[in-house]
Amino acid sequence: MVDMKISLCGVQLDNPVIPASGTFGYGREFAELYDINMLGTFSFKGTTGKRRFGNPTPRIAECREGLINSVGLQNPGVDSVIGEELPALAKVFSKPVMANVSGFSIEEYVSVALKLAAQKQVGWIELNISCPNVHNGGMVFGTDPKQAAEVVGAVRKALDSQKASGGSRPLIVKLSPNVTDLAEIAFACEDAGADGLTLINTLQGMRIDLKTGRPVIANRIGGFSGPAVMPVALRMVYQVYERVRIPIIGCGGVSSAEDVLEMMLAGATAVQVGSANLVNPYACRDIIEALPETMKKYGIETLSDITGGAH
Amino acid sequence: MIKAELTVKSNRQIADRTWEMILETPSGMTDDFRPGQFINIRIDGLYLRRPISICDWSDDTVTIVYKTVGRGTEAMSRIEAGAKIDVLLPLGNGYNTEAENVGERPVLIGGGAGVPLMYCLCRRLVSEGVVPAVVLGFRTAGEMFYIERFREMNIEVAVATEDGSYGVKGFVTDVMSDPGYTSFFACGPEGMLRAVDRAAKADIPGWFSFEERMGCGFGACMGCSCETKYGSKRICKDGPVLERGEIIW
Repeated sequence: MVDMKISLCGVQLDNPVIPASGTFGYGREFAELYDINMLGTFSFKGTTGKRRFGNPTPRIAECREGLINSVGLQNPGVDSVIGEELPALAKVFSKPVMANVSGFSIEEYVSVALKLAAQKQVGWIELNISCPNVHNGGMVFGTDPKQAAEVVGAVRKALDSQKASGGSRPLIVKLSPNVTDLAEIAFACEDAGADGLTLINTLQGMRIDLKTGRPVIANRIGGFSGPAVMPVALRMVYQVYERVRIPIIGCGGVSSAEDVLEMMLAGATAVQVGSANLVNPYACRDIIEALPETMKKYGIETLSDITGGAH
Repeated sequence: MIKAELTVKSNRQIADRTWEMILETPSGMTDDFRPGQFINIRIDGLYLRRPISICDWSDDTVTIVYKTVGRGTEAMSRIEAGAKIDVLLPLGNGYNTEAENVGERPVLIGGGAGVPLMYCLCRRLVSEGVVPAVVLGFRTAGEMFYIERFREMNIEVAVATEDGSYGVKGFVTDVMSDPGYTSFFACGPEGMLRAVDRAAKADIPGWFSFEERMGCGFGACMGCSCETKYGSKRICKDGPVLERGEIIW
């Protein structure tokens, strides 16, 4: 009997597999297919203060071993998420969920994070300061250590002020790989009070349609993800692990139980699975089911022991 | 939605750039299929699945007709009988012909890759005792297919080709002149759908099937959203069939 349990910022997970934000909606579509309680948890769709339609279509482009998306943070807004999505989720998911928070100003990040942290179902706040598909928001905060520290510090302070009323949650920050020195930004986030980091959001990329001579994506540039980016994500997890003490969630191209082990050896405490959910809706179930055998194959009894083992 | 490995029964070219693939299905799988739904096919060497509308089905087969327009569909045309392919099906809302007020004389309008869907819808309406008129548009005579199959159902078929090599030279709107249509169903390029909306009488109901580049095909990624009068909808899950009155052109 192998042990797949891990602890993420003080919250126990049955296993380290977490569907990544933006590939799992608010859980509904997948709950129709399998019991999503088998997941460690999942990170729901990036949520902003107001409803957003997002970017014009086409928003999707095929790539070798991956895809580009430019959805642009489409979501129903935090009040609808609390009023409609979370009650619907409660019927099919009994574990704490990771609330992915986005915004266009520090005030918006703070207010959305506070509203979501006050929900019983929410186990962690995942601050998305790395969306490559919106202007004046998202990635602007995640590409400069000072701005990253400012927004993380503001949300931290606000969450701390809710501690007495039970409205505080561990704060995880999702970072962008589209920077020169990710470790420096990661360190700034830790210093500003982050409890954990998700590495990495999508890499900026594009495709051009030879028939029209124009970019495939309406917004021209989007975020590249899928198995092709895993070596980049792995390298970043490896490098940041040496600079910070807080746990890292490895994210980028993970598609198999072997990929989970590789991410954890690089330094990840838990692992997010993104694009794989889109081509195989059962990807996370399949990975979780394959993990025990894969662990045995490599002589691993306690999964949490291997975090950072490659260093 | 089911994820299944289906065996390819046949995969043959039926017109220029046009192929018909028949897949074997276990019994019961197709029971609840609706015209207008689609399947999403995984193709070796490509990351994203390719959505293709369902053209026909029986108790133990499902048929798709597709145009070779890019790497995905070209790779599909090279799949041989006997191969197993990974599919998600059925996807999308489809046409709910029983619930809708189609009237006595609906017209089905299909352009190019939109024709297969109209075949499936035509069969359904005929089985429900409705005799629709059918209007089909193709680029050129060499790309025509299934005309005889419609006529075998004793259906009146009007054809337009862009180059005039068969039927009337022009577009579907040039042959949908009957003032007595009670409703319409259309599938084809967006420009065609827009023209159909303008050409159809303002007071009859109509339904359009839309195309969009999709990520997942089952409503998870928001890659194919569109704004409607009733809020944003996902073409793959809330569509691909949208009602005339909700569309913002």
